[in-house]
Amino acid sequence: MADATGAAAAEPKNIGETSETGEGGVRRRDFINIAAVSAAGVGGAAVLYPLISQMAPSADVLAESTTEVDVSAIEPGQAIKAVFRKQPLFVRRLTPKEIEEANAVPLSALRDPETLAERTKDGHLDMLVTMGVCTHLGCVPLGAAEGENKGEFGGYFCPCHGSSYDTAARIRKGPAPTNLVVPDYVFSSDTTITVG
Amino acid sequence: MSFPWAKEYTPANGFTKWVDEKLPLPRFVYNAVGAGYPVPRNLNYMWNFGVLAGFCLVLQIVTGVVLAMHYAANAQVAFGTVEHIMRDVNWGWMLRYMHANGASFFFLVLYLHIFRGFFYSSYKAPREMIWLLGVVIFLLAMATAFMGYVLPWGQMSFWGAKVITGLFSAIPFVGEPIQIWLLGGFAPDNAALNRFFSLHFLLPFVILGVVILHVWALHIPGSSNPTGVEVKSESDTVPFHPYYTAKDGFGLGVFLIIYCVVVFFLPNMLGHPDNYIEANPLSTPAHIVPEWYFYPFYAILRAFTFDFILEAKLWGVLAMFSSILLWFLLPWLDRSPVRSGHYRPLFRTFFIILLVDMAVLFYCGGAPAEEPYVMISQIATAYYFLHFLVILPIVSSIEKPKPLPYSITEAVLGSDKKAVLGENTQPAT
Repeated sequence: MADATGAAAAEPKNIGETSETGEGGVRRRDFINIAAVSAAGVGGAAVLYPLISQMAPSADVLAESTTEVDVSAIEPGQAIKAVFRKQPLFVRRLTPKEIEEANAVPLSALRDPETLAERTKDGHLDMLVTMGVCTHLGCVPLGAAEGENKGEFGGYFCPCHGSSYDTAARIRKGPAPTNLVVPDYVFSSDTTITVG
Repeated sequence: MSFPWAKEYTPANGFTKWVDEKLPLPRFVYNAVGAGYPVPRNLNYMWNFGVLAGFCLVLQIVTGVVLAMHYAANAQVAFGTVEHIMRDVNWGWMLRYMHANGASFFFLVLYLHIFRGFFYSSYKAPREMIWLLGVVIFLLAMATAFMGYVLPWGQMSFWGAKVITGLFSAIPFVGEPIQIWLLGGFAPDNAALNRFFSLHFLLPFVILGVVILHVWALHIPGSSNPTGVEVKSESDTVPFHPYYTAKDGFGLGVFLIIYCVVVFFLPNMLGHPDNYIEANPLSTPAHIVPEWYFYPFYAILRAFTFDFILEAKLWGVLAMFSSILLWFLLPWLDRSPVRSGHYRPLFRTFFIILLVDMAVLFYCGGAPAEEPYVMISQIATAYYFLHFLVILPIVSSIEKPKPLPYSITEAVLGSDKKAVLGENTQPAT
């Protein structure tokens, strides 16, 4: 391109090039070149977008749902696993000792500081509802079912990379960056919660 | 490389002559892997693994295409169709075990191939491009093997998919959307399985394309050799065929014996029993580990358990990816002009320490994420990076190498004067 322009400026080859050469050897057809490449670029991006976008969640996956969970049968110290948007949901009724343990932890000792009260609903301090998805790489932590390893902080233990959560499901040790996520939910009655 | 003494292709009859004029494909093959390709005469058995890796690729493509005739990539039925292959399809049990163990043997061969490159510095000028393309092949092979392991939709498949796509969620800001895009949902499901099948089919052909570039790049300078001294005269080389076709054939025979013993007598030795349990999105197996060939990198990933400027999760992901991306820089990190580790005493010591370090990482990657394994893998990870980024550049600039032989022939025969010159040499007048 540079050669062609230089040659055209020094030694005009045809009428078009002589008349179109402007300041600094820029020709009007250089603009056409830029415009043509830009148009091809925009066209290419427009073709690429659907090819990438087809991999995003499809309409049936995006059709969100809510889940109702009956929590009346859960005894203190027990937890159940429910399904919410194809992922596990932990509903756990804490014992007074576990609540005490959770409240005894100073916020400064936490990686992701939150109190137990902030993670539960008013008047239901003993009802801990969290996603059962480790915030590291997404495994289901152990500790919800009877006899599973609850880790050194009495909450949940993720077997994949060794993250430990405390009785308020807050991250205490290991590579996970944040506490187990508390989803949006409401108590639709004293014994039922609606998640989502 | 066409050394001046490389044999010339001559069409044997009218038909091959006719073909040679229209499309010189036989000539191309003759010059690439036939008698027209002179190769150093002193290659040892560590030079067998390139051909074996090529063989494994073909083996995986053939058995893979066959398995795809009977497998259905749908979360409802995928696990069942694999059992259908095992029980009902003629020879299905054998083909499935061949493909699954074929992946293990592919990686075994690739690792030996890579360690050969480390020791003999096969990455040094003028062979940098061969090395760079090799690292690309290794990365593609890892991605392909990962997606293949997801297809049976067992417990390890499902949780492997969750964890590996989760790696991308560690990227700040865009990480979460990227993971959702990769999975086509919020957790692995039908959409993820379906696309992994499509990509698992595609990628081996991409690998094949890069392998062609890899071999092309190799044929420009020609093969390296255990002395690291470049070819000087015809007595340093022998034609690839029949000398190395025969040697590679022998190596292939040994490889196939070991492979067949594993496929027929120990087909599940290298696999994980939990993958015979159908995927359960609500329960992660208590001891989840990847396939053995990912252990060292898995150990690096989970060695990061504390936040330090960045989140521990992001550190782990960055460290794991850079532990391999680091290899791209190797030709420029090792600045010693001497290639072969045989003549580099200090380098050889640290090479052995690196092998031990990687063995430790391998062991920790397969062990549970508990003490003392976490601490051991932290030390081993630190050493791994130290080796490549600090030790190697220093060693390569301070060490005093041993004297190199004058030529390959001298290294083999003790003296260049005993050289048996090739049949193309003109008699001295």
